[in-house]
Amino acid sequence: MSRVRTRLLRFGFGLALCAAGGNLAAAPFGIVQLMQSMAESKPASATFSETKYLAMLDKPVESSGELRFIPPNRLEKRTLKPKPEMLVLDGDQLQVERRGKKHVLQLANYPEIAGMVESIRATLAGDKAALERVYRLDLRGGFNAWVLNLVPHDARVAGIVTRIRMEGARDEVRRMEILLADGDRSVMQIRPGIAP
Amino acid sequence: MRSGRWAIALWASLLALSLLIVGRTEFVADLSFFLPGKPTQEQRLMVEQLRSGVASRLILIGIDGGDAETRARVSRAMAARLRGDSRFLHLANGETQGLEADRRILLEYRYLLSSQVDAERFGAAGLTAAVQDGLDQLAGSAGLLGKSLFPRDPTGEFMHLLEAMAAGHQPHLAAGVWSSRDAGRALLLARTAADGADTDGQAQAVMAIRAAFQTVAKAEAPASLQLQLTGPGPFSVNARETIKQQVSMLSGLGMLIIVVLLGAVYRSLPALLLGLVPVLSGALVGVAAVSLGFGSIHGITLGFGTALIGEAVDYSIYLMTQRERGAGAEGQARWLVRWLERYWPTIRIGVLTSLCGFGSLLLSGFPGLAQLGLYAMAGLVTAALTTRFVLPHLLPADLRLRDLEPFGRRLANFVARAHRLRWLVYLAFAAACVVLLVQRDSLWNRELAALSPVSAQDQALDMEMRAELGAPDVSYLVVVTAPTSEAALAGSERVGAALQKLIERGVIAGFESPSAYLPSQNSQRQRQASLPADAELRARFAAAIDGLPLQADRFAGFFADVASARQLQPLTRADLDGSSLALAVDALLVRTDAHWTALLPLRAVADQQQRIDPAPIRAALAGTGLPEVYFVDLKTESDRLYSGYLHEAIMMSFAGLAAILGLLFFVTRSLPRVLRIAMPLVIAVAVVISGLVVAGQQLNILHLVGMLLVVAVGSNYALFFDQSSAADAGDLPPRTLASLALAVSTTVAGFGILGFSSVPVLNAIGVTVAPGAVLALVFSAILARRP
Repeated sequence: MSRVRTRLLRFGFGLALCAAGGNLAAAPFGIVQLMQSMAESKPASATFSETKYLAMLDKPVESSGELRFIPPNRLEKRTLKPKPEMLVLDGDQLQVERRGKKHVLQLANYPEIAGMVESIRATLAGDKAALERVYRLDLRGGFNAWVLNLVPHDARVAGIVTRIRMEGARDEVRRMEILLADGDRSVMQIRPGIAP
Repeated sequence: MRSGRWAIALWASLLALSLLIVGRTEFVADLSFFLPGKPTQEQRLMVEQLRSGVASRLILIGIDGGDAETRARVSRAMAARLRGDSRFLHLANGETQGLEADRRILLEYRYLLSSQVDAERFGAAGLTAAVQDGLDQLAGSAGLLGKSLFPRDPTGEFMHLLEAMAAGHQPHLAAGVWSSRDAGRALLLARTAADGADTDGQAQAVMAIRAAFQTVAKAEAPASLQLQLTGPGPFSVNARETIKQQVSMLSGLGMLIIVVLLGAVYRSLPALLLGLVPVLSGALVGVAAVSLGFGSIHGITLGFGTALIGEAVDYSIYLMTQRERGAGAEGQARWLVRWLERYWPTIRIGVLTSLCGFGSLLLSGFPGLAQLGLYAMAGLVTAALTTRFVLPHLLPADLRLRDLEPFGRRLANFVARAHRLRWLVYLAFAAACVVLLVQRDSLWNRELAALSPVSAQDQALDMEMRAELGAPDVSYLVVVTAPTSEAALAGSERVGAALQKLIERGVIAGFESPSAYLPSQNSQRQRQASLPADAELRARFAAAIDGLPLQADRFAGFFADVASARQLQPLTRADLDGSSLALAVDALLVRTDAHWTALLPLRAVADQQQRIDPAPIRAALAGTGLPEVYFVDLKTESDRLYSGYLHEAIMMSFAGLAAILGLLFFVTRSLPRVLRIAMPLVIAVAVVISGLVVAGQQLNILHLVGMLLVVAVGSNYALFFDQSSAADAGDLPPRTLASLALAVSTTVAGFGILGFSSVPVLNAIGVTVAPGAVLALVFSAILARRP
């Protein structure tokens, strides 16, 4: 049943694109369509650079590395600078490798962390239901340039995160900003493909 | 007749005394049958671990069937029930328990617990490096989560402690509880209050788990959910049940067959009942003797003992079937004198050869074998003496039983032609020798597991759940013993430092230690002493963060925590109450009698098939210079122990065989006769053993006991054939032949039934003795010298 509906939606989405011709911004664009196109995307790699603005520090700290997403639920974040570090989110396990030591966290034990990491993975996977379990979604803009705001309604997550703002084009996330409850924030720039 | 009265009085009082002892005898069915009576230090540690160690108290629980949510609900509800049960020290199912308490303790005591804390780390250079490292972590992925602690813990000691403790294996989670990797089974791990060796306590724990499951699963769809229990406790509970059940059923069945057989042959109820008198006396005295000698009797000895009835009944058969009919009291007296002249000497030698065989078992270091030996000796002697001195006086003068003469004559016809089959016997012997020679290297199973009553299927399930849970199977352990818990902790710290180097060299993958959770007071005080005073710390810290994007005034929490850490009393075991740290310490730091034992289980490197090379470990331990430190490799150690028993038992059996041959020579004064008696027995043993080998069985120590029995039982048959040919009396009289046929049938019934047992030790005796006894008789008949 849901598969049939998905097909219809896809078909409808296609029709809308055709009817709109070159003027995509005018097409009826919603969270369902965005998630749909995310869900269809293939494994993707990207480079990132992240800047954290923390009140306790006199100036922001920066890090950079690579991101890899393998649908439906594996996300790898390899930090190269300033210190090498590997973070793998797979299913409900979060694996961290640092200084030659590997640690595995069961997300079920850490609802706050789970809420945060789920935001990016569920967005990439186009898993609207998973996103809506934790966040209220607000999508603006058109398919070629959109902004998705996630505001937690889960109290435990809200204790840490005030808002997550994602900017993207088509089925790609280009920028992600996390605003924490204590006013600190982090901004991540994402560029598709891995630099040679 | 006077001597008869004395004999009966003596016999009756012996029985009464035995009955009294048996009434107070404890019947056990635990590991003790297999554990050494006089252990070495390493064996003592091994036995201690097997009986009451960390691993011996673990029960692995699996819930199969239903969906993940249902299993998780059942898992939580069961855990909640069992956590309130005093029969369990600990129950884990993946729910976070006591984490808040852990966190509070680790945070408060971090400067006393962290192995990184020393004077260098709190010098200016050390602080700079530590804070820079902290800054890098803030930049990394965990930065947003770890940052709240940074002002209080800029050197990252708390995270270091968490990392050190979470290094072990973490089971997979599904729906919030531990589950198998394929998520098809929910997993729980229980640690019982009772020792692994306390089978009653383990049975209670198993019952409590089953009851909790029944109650909880009732609310769900009960048919679809199954409970799986493995671990030393449930296994020994099952083994006891199985042994109990099989011993009572099989020996009851064997007894029934013997009674029916004797009844059918004698056709006389008084004769049947009187025929059982020597046997039952023997069994009673046997149990009493083992009880006196060992303090308790094992179920396996009992099972073996009832099978021995099949042999002991032979003596009364030899007496009853030779009895002449009628002839009044005077005729009876004459008959008895003749029986004592013609038959009793042969039976007496038969009993003595049996005693030589079983006497060798008595000296075994394997307590199980020694029990069997004592039981058999006491039982057989009692049965033979009762037959000789008591039974004749109990037989009523008018006792009538069927004459076996006609049956015997038919047998005699066969026997007369039997010698034509000689070549067949020699051929079988040659074939058996070839088989044994070809298979000589794989003849014996040298692993203790060969005797384990746990089915291969259950063992596989246990391995599977153990791997999923990451529960220690504790195959490799370093054991540190010391007079105080403090000394044991200090010792484990030194051992830990040595083991750390082995990790770096790739010899082992890791280890656990009680001092990881509770360092010795001394270490804690040393760390405390390396913390600078407040003013000094502030000055050093200010210098350390010079040039970093940090302001010292944001680190008030850090200064306050270090200042209070300098005033702390070192952490003790009592401070850990209510946290999961306490459970970890209790599992690894154990009080035994007058000393304390720290256990450091080692983890093998993943690609080495779970094996650890003992040489570098022993070298590293010797390097610590500590006196009471041992490396225990449980599997190798227990196999070596068993293999030692086996070797010893084989040697003793040879000694027993030599004693038997010596005895026969002493009696017959003729080497050819000794050879003629021994020949059929040796061939029978060889043929049976090679037959078992061809059927795919590997021999264990109980097969050896079986072989001894074949020689003991068979020597009676061979002696009868030998006596008649030596006396030039021609072929055996028909009635004697008939009594031998009846004797072998009862032996086959008694022992053959054990061959159907699924308990390996009982099975091994059954499948050796039953065919062996028949072959010993047949071969004796065929090879008997013709006049």
